[in-house]
Amino acid sequence: MTTPKIKLTNVHKRFGDNVVLNGVDLEVMPGESVVIIGGSGTGKSVAIKCILGLLTPDDGDVEIDGQSVLKLSTTERNAVNAKIGMLFQHAALFDSLSVWENIAFGLIEGEGMAPEHAREIAIEKMAAVGLTEDVATMWPADLSGGMRKRVGLARAIAIDPEIIFFDEPTTGLDPIMGDIINDLIVEITHDIGATGLSITHDMASARKIADKIAMLYKGKIIWAGPVEDLDKADNALLQQFIHGDAEGPIDFETRTG
Amino acid sequence: MNFLQLTGSTILGFFRAVGHITHFTIIAVSHCFRPPFYFRLILRQIIEIGYYSLPVVGLTTLFAGMVLALQSYTGFARFAAGAESSIAKVVVLSITRELAPVLAGLMVAARVGSSIAAEIGTMRVTEQIDALTTLSTNPFKYLITPRIIAGVAMLPLLILVGDVIGIFGGYIVAVYKLGFNAAIYLQNTWDFVQFIDVFSGLVKATVFGFITTLMGCYQGYYSKGGAQGVGTATINAVVSSAILILILNYMITAMFFGA
Repeated sequence: MTTPKIKLTNVHKRFGDNVVLNGVDLEVMPGESVVIIGGSGTGKSVAIKCILGLLTPDDGDVEIDGQSVLKLSTTERNAVNAKIGMLFQHAALFDSLSVWENIAFGLIEGEGMAPEHAREIAIEKMAAVGLTEDVATMWPADLSGGMRKRVGLARAIAIDPEIIFFDEPTTGLDPIMGDIINDLIVEITHDIGATGLSITHDMASARKIADKIAMLYKGKIIWAGPVEDLDKADNALLQQFIHGDAEGPIDFETRTG
Repeated sequence: MNFLQLTGSTILGFFRAVGHITHFTIIAVSHCFRPPFYFRLILRQIIEIGYYSLPVVGLTTLFAGMVLALQSYTGFARFAAGAESSIAKVVVLSITRELAPVLAGLMVAARVGSSIAAEIGTMRVTEQIDALTTLSTNPFKYLITPRIIAGVAMLPLLILVGDVIGIFGGYIVAVYKLGFNAAIYLQNTWDFVQFIDVFSGLVKATVFGFITTLMGCYQGYYSKGGAQGVGTATINAVVSSAILILILNYMITAMFFGA
């Protein structure tokens, strides 16, 4: 039996009285692209931060490659993070570093690679996301939203990660640029054979990049299945969400940001 | 909420904050002694905190020395004939022990503390600190340790320069405005100053450098809530640094010169 690349078991997380994750179970198999959908404030970002080690769950377990990652030392956690790439919602580029330094950051600081060699790899990754070499010396503040996403994507794949996380990859982009980013995500994850876990509320994006979709609602995965089964699923909450209906069983008052 | 509840929650909140800062301080200091060390970042912070603070420290101590000489002259003339000859001694003692470290410390707290809190706070709210972690880089080592090391190393040097400039400010007023003999003024200064006067000021500077960078980093690191949160972090960094500088100044003075 194949070991899941990522496995969440009964994960709970609360902030004060606000219960965000209330027993999340999820498995992502190697090479699979899973997209977690759900409204704003349903805990998608919290779930991904629990996997990345940026937040610690109150209860439950998170495994990567069959290894529980919740009680690792800093060194052990860094070794796990060396397998992971992350595209942040607003790219989270380092303002004080140029574009190529941003992309090469994980290679230089994480892997100890010489800057000259890391720069060459950064230029290669820039080409892979459709950026020309003259962008390399620009600063993040000089880039458009779409270019920032591309640089963020190049940074996420610079270390050839086994797992890539995408946090709202199309947020803030026009539909055409959003579609270009979706295509890049599909192409790049396929090319490097990575496992993908994305969170989004953009259904066009989800349908394009997902092999499997999971819907998070009130801190639980209420439906999970192949993307082909999405439209025929017998789940009123899911159907309301994917069709964007204002009327339906989803309780908007539970959304707390 | 009744009075007892309010008092209780305020006290608990205070101890929670003290515990939080203490925990942050222990982690930050422990990382100062454990590799890897980012020498390039430490050097950048040395330039940012040390070199770029020179003008503000120089101006502050220059005018402090000048005002001190002028005030001492007019003040002493009121109650003792011939007391004006003590101006050199008053200036050197006040500058080295108190004015240079405290005034320059407060100016650096405003300039550097606010800058650190705003920069790290912006990195926090734009997820750049999370990005550091996912790129296998410890934010404490990358962001906080270089600033604390640079602050602790550079403040004493700045204050040493401030001592010289402050004494020079007193000399300018005494010699060129009040007509003192230059050689006698310098001789009085040199004869009166003791090692402990300068040393106590440098100890204060080291502590103030630590406090300023630590509070800037702490407030920035835990800022939240977007632009408003970064603004609040910046204010808190400057205010908390200034208050701690004034309190610790008294404690260090009492330690060195207390009866």
